[in-house]
Amino acid sequence: MRGIDKHFGAVKALTDVDFWVSEGEVVALVGDNGAGKSTLVKVLAGVHPPDAGEILFDGDPVHITSPADAQELGIATVFQDLALCDNLDVVANLWLGRELTTEGRLDEVGMEQRTWALLRELAAKIPSVRTPVASLSGGQRQTVAIARSLVGEPRVVILDEPTAALGVAQTAEVLNLIERLRERGHGVVLISHNMADVMAVADRVVVLRLGRNNGEYHAADVTSELLIAAITGAVDNSVSRRQALRREEPATTTDATVTPLTPRGRRRPDGGAP
Amino acid sequence: MSLDEPEREGVRAAAVRVWGRVRGGDLGALPVIVGLALIWTVFQILNPVFLSSRNLVDLTMQCAAIGTIALGIVVVLLLGEIDLSVGSVSGLAAAILAVAFVQLRWPLLVAVLIAVAAGCVVGILYGLLYTRFGLPSFVITLAGLLGFLGLQLWVLGDAGSINLPFDSWIVQFAQHAFLPDWASYALVVAATAAFAWTLAGRSRRRAAANLDSQSYRAIALRGALLLAVLLPAAWYLNQSRGVGVMFLLFLALVVLLHLALTRTRWGRAVYAVGGSVEAARRAGIRVERIYLSVFALCSSLAAVGGVLAAARLAAANQSSGAGDTNLNAIAAAVIGGASLFGGRGTAFAALLGVIVIQSISSGLTLLNLNSSVQFMVTGVVLVLAVTVDSLSRRTRVAAGRA
Repeated sequence: MRGIDKHFGAVKALTDVDFWVSEGEVVALVGDNGAGKSTLVKVLAGVHPPDAGEILFDGDPVHITSPADAQELGIATVFQDLALCDNLDVVANLWLGRELTTEGRLDEVGMEQRTWALLRELAAKIPSVRTPVASLSGGQRQTVAIARSLVGEPRVVILDEPTAALGVAQTAEVLNLIERLRERGHGVVLISHNMADVMAVADRVVVLRLGRNNGEYHAADVTSELLIAAITGAVDNSVSRRQALRREEPATTTDATVTPLTPRGRRRPDGGAP
Repeated sequence: MSLDEPEREGVRAAAVRVWGRVRGGDLGALPVIVGLALIWTVFQILNPVFLSSRNLVDLTMQCAAIGTIALGIVVVLLLGEIDLSVGSVSGLAAAILAVAFVQLRWPLLVAVLIAVAAGCVVGILYGLLYTRFGLPSFVITLAGLLGFLGLQLWVLGDAGSINLPFDSWIVQFAQHAFLPDWASYALVVAATAAFAWTLAGRSRRRAAANLDSQSYRAIALRGALLLAVLLPAAWYLNQSRGVGVMFLLFLALVVLLHLALTRTRWGRAVYAVGGSVEAARRAGIRVERIYLSVFALCSSLAAVGGVLAAARLAAANQSSGAGDTNLNAIAAAVIGGASLFGGRGTAFAALLGVIVIQSISSGLTLLNLNSSVQFMVTGVVLVLAVTVDSLSRRTRVAAGRA
């Protein structure tokens, strides 16, 4: 995605944002509330068409004007609310909208078989695929939602805050799942507020701030403090001050230790709003 | 129960599973069957005629029309919507049938088809109002209740009441068509065989696919249970006039709808929309089409019910479909176990529910109580049924099965 602009009335949600993801790569998209993460993802998922800029897929410019377009290209999105039907079982949820049929009748055996295969590939722990989704835990529901996004064999999977409502153990399971998606060769876009999760699984971290790119880092050589600085727009912010107080030593991280991948000249260490 | 250790579920395991479901608040048909047993016992004690085969034959015949209407209500309830106008629509269909056949002298089959088609058009109209303008179905169909009652009166015109000739096939069908004894037994055996054959086929396919499956013993047991219910029932009805063909038509519609709901993509979509509209929409289901088809199906079934009622009465008049038709049909669906909250229930809810409703009505009539008591008792039973629905829903939430 290059130079994406999106505005809602007078509100500029995205200004000249660049973003890309390759196959077998986990890119974390981070930013404060209202930074434009969700809007950017919705542009990619076809919920909101962009006002300006272009989207390239395999190097070819494409137009994504509806969720169906995105799905056809192979972009699957797992939204934060998961969008599962509580009254249906795991198999029915996984294949909802694209059920397998034989002679017009549902092919329950085929669907259940492939559900097991998919869940085993993800090493997911689901007690039974024939219980209603309502009886599953938060992590299991997240697993079902992610498995569902894989049914159409997408190239890119977008996960919107997959760990937001989960406990510690369940979060770890979802992080394992994300790594398995990478191993399967999917490009993964991970939206998250949780720096620990981002540092744990992401290959690359893209920071948005006030609807603009605000830095891009290799996850291997960046610290949470630096990311928080990029997100809030200041090295000296309430979060780092708090951490500094705890450790009783000043926040020593400096920008000099890490070079941003794409120094686009937009980073404002002083935190000034554009 | 995982793929790695496929197992054939035995009889004991099945019993344990069913008990676990009941404890988790997934009551299924249990409350209705218990309630029905209670109702039958009470009425039998009060009046020994109640469980006579003669009265039960009448009961089955009374069930057909209201049951068919309730079938439509079940589908609408599955979406979490409601249709309050089924009574008026059934009355309208009866009026159209009578006017077209008796006054305009059209062929009977044409008149029947036009009456049902009129119901379908009404449903499509509801569906369009719902999907295009987002009106609540409650309001649309409340307007329909009045509007189509007016249309029914207008169609009937000055006549007010039109009798259908007794020698027409539809009246013969509704009043005098009964299966010969041997045919009813043959049908019971054939139905049980088909049921067991389907289960065995599924079990074989699942075993071949390395999934856990039912053991043949469990299947045989279920088949035997079905036979043990149907065979004495047929025998008992045969002591009087026998199994009515109109009742069979209703049973066939129930089974047909059950298959459509459980074996087709359309049925899966109906449950999905009833569970979560937004999730269904994001899964690529054309939600508008589902709403449209369900409203059309409900009104069409209401029209079929109206035609059956007119045929049984051999007349269409200003009170066809009026009075308690509407609420009886809705009550039947709810009592049978179709949840008002959407996404839960089966086609068999209409069958069980209508038997309960008609049992109450028949029993109270036998006791010579007037309709005031009948209305009150039906009202109490409806509240009880919805309470069971609500409570079992709460238990399900507590047990994590919502």
